[in-house]
Amino acid sequence: MTDTQEKRFTAYDIDGKEPIVKYRKISKSFGDNEVLKEIDFDLYPGERVAIIGPSGSGKTTMARLLMTLETPTAGTIEVDGRHLWHKEVNGKLVPADEKHLHEVRGDIGMVFQHFNLFPHMTIMRNLTEAPVKVLGLPKKEAEERAKEMLEKVGMSEKAKDYPASLSGGQQQRVAIARALVMRPKVMLFDEPTSALDPETVGEVLNVIKDIAKQGDMSMMLITHEMSFAREVADRVCFFDEGKIQEQGPPSEIFTNPETERLREFLKGFNVNGNGESQ
Amino acid sequence: MTGGEGIPPALWNKATSDFPCTERKDVIPIDVYSRVLPLLLDGFVVTIQLVIFAGFLSFVMSFVGGLARLSRFAPVRWVAGFIIEFFRGTSLLVQLFWLYYALPLLGVTLPTGLVGIVALMLNYGSYGSEIVRSSILAIPKGQTEAAIALNMTPFQRMKSIILPQAFRIMLPSFGNLMIELMKGTALVALITIPDMTYYIKEARNTIGHDTQLFSMLLVAYFIIGIALTMLFRWLERKFSAGRV
Amino acid sequence: MVWKWDFTFNEVIPRLLEVIEVTINATLGAFAFAVMVGLVLALLRRSDRKWISWPTYGFIEFIRLTPPLVQLFFIFFVFPHLFGLTLSPMVAGILGLGIHYSTYLSEVYRAGIESVPKGQWEAATALNFSPLQKWKSVILPQAIRPILPVMGNYLIVLFKETPLLSAIGLMELVGMAKGIGAETFRYTEPFTIVGILFLILSYSASLLVKRMELKLDLNRR
Ligand SMILES: Nc1ncnc2c1ncn2[C@@H]1O[C@H](COP(=O)(O)OP(=O)(O)OP(=O)(O)O)[C@@H](O)[C@H]1O
Ligand SMILES: [Mg+2]
Repeated sequence: MTDTQEKRFTAYDIDGKEPIVKYRKISKSFGDNEVLKEIDFDLYPGERVAIIGPSGSGKTTMARLLMTLETPTAGTIEVDGRHLWHKEVNGKLVPADEKHLHEVRGDIGMVFQHFNLFPHMTIMRNLTEAPVKVLGLPKKEAEERAKEMLEKVGMSEKAKDYPASLSGGQQQRVAIARALVMRPKVMLFDEPTSALDPETVGEVLNVIKDIAKQGDMSMMLITHEMSFAREVADRVCFFDEGKIQEQGPPSEIFTNPETERLREFLKGFNVNGNGESQ
Repeated sequence: MTGGEGIPPALWNKATSDFPCTERKDVIPIDVYSRVLPLLLDGFVVTIQLVIFAGFLSFVMSFVGGLARLSRFAPVRWVAGFIIEFFRGTSLLVQLFWLYYALPLLGVTLPTGLVGIVALMLNYGSYGSEIVRSSILAIPKGQTEAAIALNMTPFQRMKSIILPQAFRIMLPSFGNLMIELMKGTALVALITIPDMTYYIKEARNTIGHDTQLFSMLLVAYFIIGIALTMLFRWLERKFSAGRV
Repeated sequence: MVWKWDFTFNEVIPRLLEVIEVTINATLGAFAFAVMVGLVLALLRRSDRKWISWPTYGFIEFIRLTPPLVQLFFIFFVFPHLFGLTLSPMVAGILGLGIHYSTYLSEVYRAGIESVPKGQWEAATALNFSPLQKWKSVILPQAIRPILPVMGNYLIVLFKETPLLSAIGLMELVGMAKGIGAETFRYTEPFTIVGILFLILSYSASLLVKRMELKLDLNRR
C-alpha cells in the first residue's frame, strides 16, 4: 500500500484513518482453480468501494471471504484491528473457531444477489429474528428498529406479508433492511440488482444510494452497473484473473483507464449512460 | 394359531379347507359382529396406542438420526449411518422376532409390548432419518448463508431457519411413513401382542366366519388409515398457511 | 447362552441357504405381478370414464391403507370360502404382496407417464398413431426409463416384506429360522444369520440401484 499512497486512489478522505478491513496476501483456490491471488486490499471506515470486473474474476469470492462464507487458502483478513480467520494464542496465529468467527463477523453485513429472504417468516420477522436472537434486543426494540428500516427502504406496508408475495425489487429492499437492522460497520453488496427485472433495478439502486449518502458505514459494492458505481463509489477496483488490476477514484477509472484490460472491459458498457450493462 | 407355527403347510391348508368355518350352522353372521366387535375394540385400543407411541418415538428418532447423519463430526455420521442402514436393510419382522426370540436367550428380556414398540421405532425411525436428512439438504444454501451473514450460531441457523423450512418438506413423507408404521403394527400380533389382528386371529379359532372377521379387520385398518391421511393433510395445510 | 459356531455353520447356514430360493422366488413372483397389475391400475386410474377411474382409485387407496399381513390372511383364509379357491402359501403370498405393491407401482407409473412432455403426445397424434401404438411405442418407453430406479427400490422393499409369508406357513428364510429355533430352542443364531442375509442382499441390491440411477442420469445428458 505504500506505493499507491502517493497517487490518490480514492476520492474519500482517509487522512489519519486506519482501515477497518485489511486483506493481506489473501489467496483462494477451489481445487486447482486459483480464484484470488495474494490480494492486498484495504477498506476505510465510511468508504464506499465499487468492485467491477469480468465474470469469474473472483469478485464474489472476495466478499464471501469477508462474510466467512468461504475459507481463505492463504493470507489474513483483519476487521477493526482483529484477525477474522485466525485468533492469537500465545502470540501465534491459529485458525479461528466458530466462536471467534461469531465475535468478529458481527461487524459485517451482506446483501445477496438472490436476496435469500427467509420464506417461512413474515417480512417483519425476517427483520427482527436476528436482532432478537443474535443481538439479544427486546422484541419491542427490535420491532422499532425494523419499522424504521422498512420505512427507509419504502416497504412499511408489507411488514405482515410473506416474501413470496413480493416482487424481486421489493424482496431485495427488504433484504437490505434486514442487513441494516444489525447495524454492521461494513456492508457487502454482491450484484444486488443482477437478478432483478429491469423495471425494478432502479428502486433498489436508489435505496442503496440513499444509504450511501446518509451512513458512515463502509460499503463494498460488487456491481455491473457502471453509472451507479460512478455515482456512489469513492473508489473503483477493477478485478481480473484474481487480482486487482487497477483502482482509483471513479472519475479517473472511467474516463482515463490505464490498463488495456480495463479499457477493453469498459468498452462493453455505456459508462455515462443509464447504467444498463452490455 | 398362526398359519406357520409348527404345522406343515400341506396339513394347514387341509385343516382350513376341510372345515370351512362359515359352514358351522350354530352362529349366524349377524351374531358374529356382536360377538367380535368388543374384541375388535379391545385390539383397536392397543393398535392405536402402538401407532401413537411408536409413531412419536420414530418421529423423535428420525430427527436425532437425520441430524446425526449431517453432523460435522465424521464418527457421529458413520455411527448414525451404520445404525440407519442396518435397520433399513433388515426386515421389520426379522427385527421383531430377533428381539422377541433371540434377545432373551442373550439374557435380556423385555416386556413384549416394549419389544413391539422398540422394533417399530428403530425400523421406521431409520426410514424417517432419511426423510429428515434429505429435507434438510433440500433447503437452498443461500438460506444458511443469509443466516451466517446475520451472525446466527449454527444452532440458531438449524432451529429457526433450516428446520422450519425442512419440516414443511418432510410432512407429506412423514404422513406416508406413519401409514407404513400403522400397517407395520399388525406384525406385532405375530409376537402375541393383543392388537386387532391378534384378536381376530384368535376369534377365528373360536367363532369362525373368516370372511366377516377379516373383512371387519381390513375395514378397521382402513378407517385408521383414512384418519391418518386426513390428519396429515390438515397439518400440511396448517403449516403452509400464509406462504406460497 | 453363548453363540455356537458349529451349530451356526453346520446346521443354521446350510438350512437357511436351502430356502433362500423360496424367498427369492416369492420376491420375484410378487414383483412381476405388481409390475403388470400396477401398469393396468395406472391406466385404469387415468381413464376418462369416472365409473372406471373412481373405483380404481378406491381400490388403490383401500389396499394402500391396510396392512399387507391382513391382506395375506384374507387371501389365504377367506378366498377358499369366497371363491372355493384354496391357495398354497406361495401362491397366496405372491398374490397378496403382488397386489399390495401393484398399488405403489401404479403411483410410480403415474409419475412416469406424467413426466412425458405434452409435445410427445401431440407428436404421436400428429403422426396418426393408434392409441395402442401411441402408448406402446411413444409414451411408455419414455415413461418407464426414468422410473426404473424407483421400481428397483420397490423391489428391495418388497424383498424385505417377504418374511410376512411365514405367517401363512411359507417356509422361507424367517419361517425356516423359526423352525430351527423351535426344534433346537436356539433362536439367536438362526435369526441373527437371517438378519445378516437380509442386510447383505438388500444393501448390495440398493448399491446396484444407485448405480443404475447414476447411469440413467449420465445417459440423459
Ligand atoms: N464453491 C465453488 N467451488 C468451485 N469453484 C468456485 C466456487 N465458487 C466460485 N468458484 C469459481 O471461482 C471463480 C470466481 O468466482 P466468483 O463467483 O468469485 O466470480 P465473480 O467475479 O463473482 O463472477 P460473476 O461476475 O459471474 O459473479 C469462478 O471461476 C468460479 O467458477
Ligand atoms: Mg459474482
